[in-house]
Amino acid sequence: MAEAAAPLPQPAAGPRDGPLSRLSDALWRRPRVLLVLLLLPPILWLGVIYLGALFALLAQSFFSIDEFSGVIVREPTLKTYGELLTPANLDIIRRTVLTAALVTAAAAVVAFPIAYFAARYARGRWKAVFYLGIMLPLWSSYLVKVYSWKLILAKEGILTWALDSVGLLWLLEAWLALPGVGGNSLSTSPTGTFLVFLYVWLPFMILPIQASLERVPVSMLEASGDLGARPDQTFRHVILPLAMPGVIAGSIFTFSLTLGDYIIPQIVGTSARFIGLAVYQHQGTAGNIPLAAAFAVVPIVIMGLYLWWAKRQGAFDAL
Amino acid sequence: MPSAVEFRDVCRFFGTVRAVDRVSMEIAEGEFFAMLGPSGSGKTTCLRLIAGFEQPTHGEVRIFGEGMGGVPPYRRAVNTVFQDYALFPHLNVIDNVAYGLMIAGRGRQERRREAEAALDLVKLPGYGGRKPGELSGGQRQRVALARALVMKPRVLLLDEPLGALDLKLREQMQEELKALQRKVGITFVFVTHDQGEALSMADRIAVFNEGRIEQVGTPEEVYNRPARPFVADFVGSSNVFPPEVTHAVAGRRAWASLRPEAIRIVGQGRPARVVATAFLGTATRLHLEMAGRDVTALLPRGAVVPEPGETIEIGWGDSDLHLMEGP
Repeated sequence: MAEAAAPLPQPAAGPRDGPLSRLSDALWRRPRVLLVLLLLPPILWLGVIYLGALFALLAQSFFSIDEFSGVIVREPTLKTYGELLTPANLDIIRRTVLTAALVTAAAAVVAFPIAYFAARYARGRWKAVFYLGIMLPLWSSYLVKVYSWKLILAKEGILTWALDSVGLLWLLEAWLALPGVGGNSLSTSPTGTFLVFLYVWLPFMILPIQASLERVPVSMLEASGDLGARPDQTFRHVILPLAMPGVIAGSIFTFSLTLGDYIIPQIVGTSARFIGLAVYQHQGTAGNIPLAAAFAVVPIVIMGLYLWWAKRQGAFDAL
Repeated sequence: MPSAVEFRDVCRFFGTVRAVDRVSMEIAEGEFFAMLGPSGSGKTTCLRLIAGFEQPTHGEVRIFGEGMGGVPPYRRAVNTVFQDYALFPHLNVIDNVAYGLMIAGRGRQERRREAEAALDLVKLPGYGGRKPGELSGGQRQRVALARALVMKPRVLLLDEPLGALDLKLREQMQEELKALQRKVGITFVFVTHDQGEALSMADRIAVFNEGRIEQVGTPEEVYNRPARPFVADFVGSSNVFPPEVTHAVAGRRAWASLRPEAIRIVGQGRPARVVATAFLGTATRLHLEMAGRDVTALLPRGAVVPEPGETIEIGWGDSDLHLMEGP
């Protein structure tokens, strides 16, 4: 056997020249410094600009406006919150919350089967088609989508035409004749507002539900069946509770986005005001910043109550 | 009396893959039956065919004489302990164990009582209030076992139940599972790729390879009298000699198996060169080269271990060379 070559002498540590390697060595020895450097910019952004602006707005809600001069009185008072309780403003809040709740419930029902299919059965190319189908509408302009829906829902629109050609126009007319949900045409009825909200926010419901269902292993569904549960029982006792965090996450999106939107109710529907629209008008044309701020607090309080309730119902147990 | 489980010429194909290929076997009531094989050998698919998660492409699975064609998992009197345990993360331990009873519509009191009895049985009393996420791997395994046993299945299926446990716990659970099976007296069907586990626990073993059963027999039969080269090699890593080698060493033209522990260093025998040695604790494994063939030998503890490069003389008893069918 040939004699093995003597091993080359190697330094115990590699070379350390250049300011960049010296810097990285120094940071490696003090990981906390690195952490602070990495976290400082986002914390400044989030803390000062993002939350700061929010708290500045909330502080405004405790000011009031002088009714004669229109000047903001910078003294803490609950007078502005009292104004929220006038019948007209309560009506706005009630309408917005009801619509948001209906949109959320409908979105959950429509999104669940789509998300379930994507999580359980779609593979490879079909998964790509699914993501594209969900994301594509999000890439196009929100205004374009809303105006397209106005055309679809209009009296001369494709929906009316399609229903007419299959002889179901009477159904649409009967629906539009109903008080509360009906109107002149779909595009000028609360039903139209609801449909457009549902369409625009649906992806925000599908994606979190799909993500939560992806994390449910098949063996868990098999275990349920193995223990005697029919598929419907497995759905009720295993799939739904495990998907609940996703449903709640999705509903936070659909609910809060509907609560705050001020464009869709202006374009499609009866032009009855929603919270978002009220905020927009009070801080803009009316110059009543305190009342606008008080209106802005309403969705925050509602979302807080909603999350508290969801937690109590055990919606986050599977997290 | 019908067998607990019977496979009649069962095939299960996935596209062109023959996961299970014409398997016929019978598992008797009260038996601890192991399905042993490497991954992809079809043993887990066979278990899933019994549970009902898979349907045979061809042939029939019978449970206590009843054909299971078209019978969904939730109507079968068998329960499964899953490899990943598949505990429900949103339910606490007692609700996990009582899940099947809840589905069956039993009352709250009864469910609780039976679930607690099942937890006692698997030596996990007082853990009912915890969530699966708060348990160790061994504890989760016990919960999975209790959840299946509480249903009083006629056949309990176990899919690599000890695979995720560390060595010490695995040995302890082997003994406990065996004792548990004797206590409850139901048929256990057990899938494993660990030959030691199968040998130490099972009453009978079916050795799987490429979707087929190579041999069914007691641990002693499978170990001492392997039917084919695959069994000899897979169970106990035997030295497998093709016919020409057997002819050279024993004068018979047939496949043969020679257990490593049967090989001894003798004064006068067959010369073999030591290629490498490995200390295993209880024994030392020798990697030898005998007449151009690799041979493995196992020296008991305390024996003098030769150095690599040395040439030694080896021998074995006549009855140690076991003749078998070809592959």
